[in-house]
This record gives sequence, C-alpha cells and structure tokens, in this order.
Amino acid sequence: MYQYDALDQAFVDRRVAEFRDQMRRHLAGELSEDEFRPLRLRNGLYVQRHAPMLRIAIPYGLLAARQLAKLADIARRYDRGFGHFTTRQNLQLNWPKLADVPDILAELATVQMHAIQTSGNCVRNVTADHLAGIAPDEVDDPRPYCEIIRQWATLHPEFTYLPRKFKIAVTGSPEDRAASEVHDIGLHLRRDAAGSIGFTVLVGGGLGRTPIIGQVIRDFLPLPGLLSYLEAILRVYNRHGRRDNLNKARIKILVKSLGIERFREQVEAEWRLSRDSSPLLPAAEVERVRGFFRPQPYEALEDFDATSGREPRFKAWYRYNTRAHRVPGYRAVFVALKAHGHNPGDMSSDQMDAVASLAERVSFGLIRTTHNQNLLLGDVRQQDLYEAWLELERLGLAMPNIGTLTDMIACPGLDFCSLANAGTLGVARQIQERFDDLDYLYDLGDIEIKMSGCMNACGHHHVGHIGILGVDKRGEEWYQISLGGSANGFTALGEVIGPSVPKSEVASTIERIVEAYRALRADGERFIDTLRRVGLEPFREGAYATHPAAA
Amino acid sequence: MRRILRRREIVADDWRHLGEGAEEGSALIVPLVELRKDPERWRRWRGRLGVRLSSVDPVEELAADLPRLDLVAIEFPSPSDGRGYSAARLLRERLGFRGELRAVGAGVRQDQVFLLARCGFDAIELAENEDPDAARRALDRYDVAYQGGSREVALRRQRFSSRPG
Repeated sequence: MYQYDALDQAFVDRRVAEFRDQMRRHLAGELSEDEFRPLRLRNGLYVQRHAPMLRIAIPYGLLAARQLAKLADIARRYDRGFGHFTTRQNLQLNWPKLADVPDILAELATVQMHAIQTSGNCVRNVTADHLAGIAPDEVDDPRPYCEIIRQWATLHPEFTYLPRKFKIAVTGSPEDRAASEVHDIGLHLRRDAAGSIGFTVLVGGGLGRTPIIGQVIRDFLPLPGLLSYLEAILRVYNRHGRRDNLNKARIKILVKSLGIERFREQVEAEWRLSRDSSPLLPAAEVERVRGFFRPQPYEALEDFDATSGREPRFKAWYRYNTRAHRVPGYRAVFVALKAHGHNPGDMSSDQMDAVASLAERVSFGLIRTTHNQNLLLGDVRQQDLYEAWLELERLGLAMPNIGTLTDMIACPGLDFCSLANAGTLGVARQIQERFDDLDYLYDLGDIEIKMSGCMNACGHHHVGHIGILGVDKRGEEWYQISLGGSANGFTALGEVIGPSVPKSEVASTIERIVEAYRALRADGERFIDTLRRVGLEPFREGAYATHPAAA
Repeated sequence: MRRILRRREIVADDWRHLGEGAEEGSALIVPLVELRKDPERWRRWRGRLGVRLSSVDPVEELAADLPRLDLVAIEFPSPSDGRGYSAARLLRERLGFRGELRAVGAGVRQDQVFLLARCGFDAIELAENEDPDAARRALDRYDVAYQGGSREVALRRQRFSSRPG
C-alpha cells in the first residue's frame, strides 16, 4: 500500500498543529461555533445528537494491520471501545470528547492517517472497489489513481470551499462495486485501442433529497489529463454551482439545470483554456505511486477445494463470505460486520485488534473496508481459509450472510445522528430477528436492503433492491419502502411502493414482499430480476395485502 | 488607518474604497458596477485605480480593463464562499494580471490566508477584528503542499507542479 514520504508526513503533521490551534481558539472563545464549524468539519469533526462524532478517513478503504490496531487503540482510549464503518469506507467514532480530537488526530498521524476532508463542502474521501487489484475481471487497479486524486484534492487552494460536498469513486472492473454512478464524479478505468489507460468520466450522480444517476461527460479521458480534467469540472462547479440553497448546491443540480450537453461544453472549454496552468501528472509520478500497489509476493499455488470434508457451516461461509481471486490458490475473505443482533458496520476494538493480527498472519497485513460496511482480507491462501474461518467465527465475524438480505446497509440513524428523522438500528435488529433462518435467507438469495434514517440518504436507500427510508410523522418513526433500486452494473433508483409503515411493521412488510417474490420467481431468478420482469404492482399488492395499519 | 497584509508585511493601506473619502488623484478602489456606470469619469481619474468584484461578477469581463487597473479586489462575503479562489487564479493565470490582487470582505479570516495567497492574492484586507499578526503567521502554517500555486507562499516541497503560466 501507499507509504507516506516526507512531504505527506510533514503535511499531516502541520494539519494537526493547525487544527490544535483552531480548537484552542474555539475553546478560548476566539472562534464562535459558527466560525469554527467549517474548520472542524474539514477535519472530520461533527457535533451530533449526544456527543461529537469524528469521521476518520480510510483512503479508498485500504488499511495496514498497524493502522487498524491504532484505530482499535483510539476507540478504546478515546471512545467507548467500538467504531462504525461507513458506506464511503471510513470509520466513525461516536463518542470522542471535543477537546481530545487534536490528540486523536496526532495519534492518527503517527500511522499515516488523518480525518482531513471527511466532511465539509470539499472533496471527500476517494473511494474504490473493495476487490481492487484482485478482481479477476479488472482492467487496472484503481487505487494508484485514487491516491493521486487524494493528494491533489487535499487542501486544494481553489477547491476547499465548494458549494457543497464532493464525492469521487474510481472503479477498474466492469461490475461496479463502488456505487460510482451515484457519486459527484465516477471514474471507470478503460484501455483505448492502443492499450493506453484512461477513464470514462461520469458526472452529476448523487443520492440525498434529489437522487440522480451520473451521466457520461467524457467517454475516454487519457490518464495524463486526469487532474487537469478534474480541475476543469471542479472550476465550473465552484464558479457556477448554486450557493443560495443548500439543497440545490450539489453538482448534480447544476448538471441537471444546464443539461449534460451544455455542462460538457463548459467543462471542455475550460479544460482547453486551462491547460497552460493546470497540474501536470508526469508519468514518473504515476509510476512512483503505482509502485506501492504492485501484486503481493504470491506463492505459486493451485486452486483446490478448501471445503472438502469440512462442516456445513464452513461450507456456507466459504460460499457466501469468500470471493474469487485472480491468483490461483487464493481467495478474498469477508470479515462480516452484519452478525444478527449487532448494528451493521459496527466493530469493537477487540475485534479490530484480532482482525489486524489475523491479517498479519494470513493476508499480507492488509485489510480493506467495503462500501457495504464489511471488511475484507484480500489475499488469503485457500489452505489458510479454515484457520481464518475458525478465528472469525470465534470473533463473531463469520456470519455467513454476505450478499443476502441481512447483509444490509444502515446509517447510524436517530440513535446517533442529529439529522435523522427515525431510527435505523432498531429496525435492522427487527429484520435480523425476522430473517434469522439461514436456509430461508439462502433461498431468497441475492437481495440488498439499504436503509437511511433521513432523506440525506447516507444509507443509500434509493439504490437498494429494497430501500427503507425513515420519516417523522408527527413525532413518530415511520418507514417508506421502495423497490427496484440498484447500484452495481445497472444503476437504477427505487420506486416508493405506497404509504409508509409504522416501525413495528417494517420486517413484516419486507417479509410479505419477499414472499411475493417467492411466488412469482422463475427458476433461479434473482429478486431484482423478477421485479424487473413483472413490475412493481404484484409486490405492492403483496406488501399491503394484510396491512390495516397503513395510512 | 487600515492595516493590511501585503506580500507578508503588515503595512498601512495606501488605498481607499469608494465612499471612504478619497481625494482626486489618490489611489481608489471602485466597485465594478460603478466603473461600468460612468466609465468616462474613471478614465479621467488621475490617481491609481482599482476595481472591486463581488463574488458573482465574472472575472473574464474585466479583460479589457486590466491595462488601466493597478489593483483588483475580490470580495469574500463569508469564509464558506469559495468563488473568489477561482476568480483569483483566472486573473493571474489566464488573464495575466500582474497588479495587486486583494482579498476583501467579511470572509477574509486568518484561517483562509494560506489558501488565498496560494491562489495568487498578494494583498489581504482582513475582516474586522481579525488580528493581522496571526494572519501573517498563518501564511507559514504549511511548508509543503500537493498542488502547484502562486509564489506568494514559499514552500519547501510541492507534489504536482504546473506548466509555467
């Protein structure tokens, strides 16, 4: 993985010093809360419902074991011994003390980490496919480009005070595992006819109050133009994006109001004019960064059937919680953060420590975080899978439900977040309890539930096969259900099926929906494919069939 | 007399904004809308002339006026309004303006001066109650950066250089 050089280290050290001074001025009354807010947000610090929340950056979801151990240590010493992994591959601490935050950032800097630009109206953590570098169908590893973009975007002199937050995702595989089409910019790695690397550039995607799927602004951007083209897009946005209404300030609204054609003309015109002063991306720098992401020193192994003669639970885990690797003899292994009875994405310090140590033993000391709020050990020898499973099982991190209905995404909701209208964690528990039978889950197959506690959509409910949105109805928590969303390969926004349901009815409603699917499906047909084939109506009827409480 | 930060020095401001009682022949900064309203008056102005852009004025419209201008002031109504950073880079890098480029307005605080200087501002007129000494120190908060940028900030190392403008 990428290692800081003297510049990177000096930068994060200065950043900690700067924030320490800003915190001191705030606590001394020299910076009012209004003045302090944009400064603390750019260092990942929110003030939430019960306590501050610190969002720590995990660039493109890649962690070294010592970094995960440091996160465990920080969560233990400065928080309540656990953290929450987010859909944008970051880690949130829910209970740090305000005055401790400069010390936490200093601790992070000792392991080449930070919380820079994880919130605020600036370029956020650049995310990537969690199978980057190991997916069999990959064009190229997106992570070197993510790292280059991360550096370029960090304290960018021109783009640190944008109209609104700005999210970039990069993928290198045909299957989009990073939800790149619902990002402000999505970059898809491609090769041209000559074999040169470049990107298809999408712009203007996003969820929130106005969900929009990104559109192609450029079919093929050659690699040397990466930063100058991003700069052209950001400049058009910074100058012309709306600043009068927070809800209309994302780039998607600008793209929508101009139309993609006119927006493209403006960006391309800006790009032509700014080439004289735009940042160069020298081939030597690309090579330097790529050098940190070379394939691991894999052994020459052959694939073998790791499940032969093993118990059924291991076989189920192998099937659901491991993935193919491009190198024979290896698999990618999910560390499941979706155990029933636990909050999706939460992990204790003890679990983090143990996984860091496991990664040292079986996966080259590296851990990845995923968009779906799990972790992944990317490079495990098939002969080590059983040992890895035993350890994950012992840690409660081997729930064999990856890709099934209970591998759901959920934001922290009303229990933590000051924006939320309704709780998500209680509903997640309710669904886990209702769908606690693994055979039933396996029969239902590939179903994605995504749940948000408000329309800001941190839980990506618009792009869930089943989306759940918490709403406030005269002080009560109700839930709006949508169907048909998808974020990988064929991005689609779900459609609300009807009136919202009370909290106690969410799991039952979902059960009726999946029962409708069981009745309607063709042999071997996935939930989303049945839905696309027969349309929403039969599901709507099923959902409300015996539901007098709906209003 | 107002003190400003100019090229790392805290100096007494030798310019006046329109409405601050400038005498004929003195150095005066007038809003763009005034410049457009009575171009003849300002063509005859015998002193140094500067123009003040609001955060929504398109900087390109100033191209023809630049030879006559000794100063361009760009307004930051709040620290969160970042449009002026783009305007500054365009003035310096695309329109080739070499006169004084001054950040003005309620958004010009010590926590912004590093970015302002990196975008090409060589003069910083701080918001009321901001401490000029703290602002001058803030110019040195970082000695490294990833991007290229104006030489107003001396850096030890940068990652991405730019082609010479």
